[in-house]
Amino acid sequence: MNNLLLVPILLPFIVGTILIFFKAYPRVQRWISALTTLVMLVVSFYITYIIYTDGIQTIELSGWVPPFGIVLVGDLFSSLMVILSSIVGVVCLFFAFQTISQEREKFYFYPLYLFLLTGVHGAFLTGDLFNLFVFFEVMLIASYVLIVHGGTKYQLRESFKYVVINVFASMFFIVGIAYIYGITGTLNMADIAVKVAELEQTGVLNAIAILFLIVFGMKGALFPLYFWLPNSYYGPPSAIAALFGGLLTKVGIYAIIRTFTLIFVHDPGFTHNIILFLAGGTMFFGVLGAVSQFDFKRILSYHIISQVGYMALGLGLFTPLALAGAIYYIAHHIIVKAALFLFCGATEKITGTTDLKKMSGLLKSYPALGWLFLVSAISLAGIPPLSGFFSKFALILSGIQEERYFIIFISLIVGLLTLFSMMKIFIYVFWGEETLKGEEKKKPILPLLLPILPLVALTVILGIAAEPIFSFSMEVAEQLLDPSIYINSVLKE
Amino acid sequence: MEILMILLIGIIFSVSTYLILTNSLLRVILGIIMLSHGAHLLLLTLSGLKEGAPPLLGEDAGLYADPLPQALILTAIVISFGVTAFLLVLAYRTYKSHQTDKLDKLRGHADE
Repeated sequence: MNNLLLVPILLPFIVGTILIFFKAYPRVQRWISALTTLVMLVVSFYITYIIYTDGIQTIELSGWVPPFGIVLVGDLFSSLMVILSSIVGVVCLFFAFQTISQEREKFYFYPLYLFLLTGVHGAFLTGDLFNLFVFFEVMLIASYVLIVHGGTKYQLRESFKYVVINVFASMFFIVGIAYIYGITGTLNMADIAVKVAELEQTGVLNAIAILFLIVFGMKGALFPLYFWLPNSYYGPPSAIAALFGGLLTKVGIYAIIRTFTLIFVHDPGFTHNIILFLAGGTMFFGVLGAVSQFDFKRILSYHIISQVGYMALGLGLFTPLALAGAIYYIAHHIIVKAALFLFCGATEKITGTTDLKKMSGLLKSYPALGWLFLVSAISLAGIPPLSGFFSKFALILSGIQEERYFIIFISLIVGLLTLFSMMKIFIYVFWGEETLKGEEKKKPILPLLLPILPLVALTVILGIAAEPIFSFSMEVAEQLLDPSIYINSVLKE
Repeated sequence: MEILMILLIGIIFSVSTYLILTNSLLRVILGIIMLSHGAHLLLLTLSGLKEGAPPLLGEDAGLYADPLPQALILTAIVISFGVTAFLLVLAYRTYKSHQTDKLDKLRGHADE
């Protein structure tokens, strides 16, 4: 019983609701929302510390004993995700102060931003399948509005598709919940896990597992359901695109990892091989999409897809080492991807475009921007000693131990192509003849760089301090691979 | 009764699939609405249609109906109601700014 678990969900919700009344005062909204996200960051670290020392924490809402009521469960994996989303939440917010236009700011940008974080944190912390659906919807409805926020012609067109696809996936989520409730008669995830273990996972339960894989795969942009992502992430301003690119697909991945390490674990020969196959397709086609593009934002969006594949690869291999690699990779990816989207926003602020062919030679006037971008870019591609290398290393090592050579071969090619397209961005944007004129050379870049700096520092730290961080991810993975820990601490048997 | 419900849900799902695949914004939204109705009915049917007394203290019966599916569906209906309202406004704004409600004219190019 620990009420602190409620803070990451309730705090942004309540503050967001209050901020609606401050529509006419953007400055007040800025200060309050900045303070809120900072408090959330501190609280999320404290929660993780408690979970690390005292084990899994649960709250039974309104005192209903599980499996009858809704429970919130904080284990190491979910609290790690809450930390990561709080970090990205703080950074993107401070970047938004510099880049979001006044009109957008006035139309409830900050309340929606906080509601989005409410939904994300709720999805991470809930221990109930239907409650997961509800928090998914909270997050998605906020994201629908944020993605069309500003209402340009392009945004309106692509948001409609984004909304329809996500509503479609949500309805299938309900269908999955209906099936699992019909069979097990419960919605508490720990209780479902017990019932599924008793029933032996065959036939219809495998079908349900695949249904959930489709639903979460659509939200997490897995092959072949990723087609909606690049176009819809192109529309909104960079601060929002960074938040989405860093967080939203990872909520889908979190849900996949949660359900396939807790509930559907009894037939890995079937389900986890399918995940492995999807991981290969996601990595390969995502990176091919990135290679074919000549637009900063679109390349980054396609790379989200290819890197979601690495996370699914870790789950598909289903060994402690691979899962630890996947968790390390999620941490690395959320931080680096958000940083890269923010760099994209900074160059867009300078040049007014995201088209690579229209930019050139920014390195001369903005050396700090260029070199910091390079650090994050090669970290994404997996060059030692940055964080990308160690997480991929664990995944590939585990794949070789499991003798899955083909998928490892694909992941290595994908790594190479990632390096290629990151270098493509660097060469087009920062190298070459300088084409900037007069005013464009002297834009104040420091306020834009300040929010990104912590992210770049974090990727370096995650790389240099690989040893303690890897042993932490190993502990997270071992907790995930032993569902009885989770089940016992929820049901208190 | 369950068989009848499941047939009905199958019909609703096929109609909604047809509507979602059509070319007009409004029909796609109607398809989404139908799909959500189908999903809610499925939730109600699969958790067992009403078999016993209302689950209230003081009711003396051997069997009690399960109150949970209604609560779940109520939540899901509220959510899909909100999303549909948003979707309608979005479709109207899209129609206003693009002067068309045909989805094949809303494709656009990747590199604009």
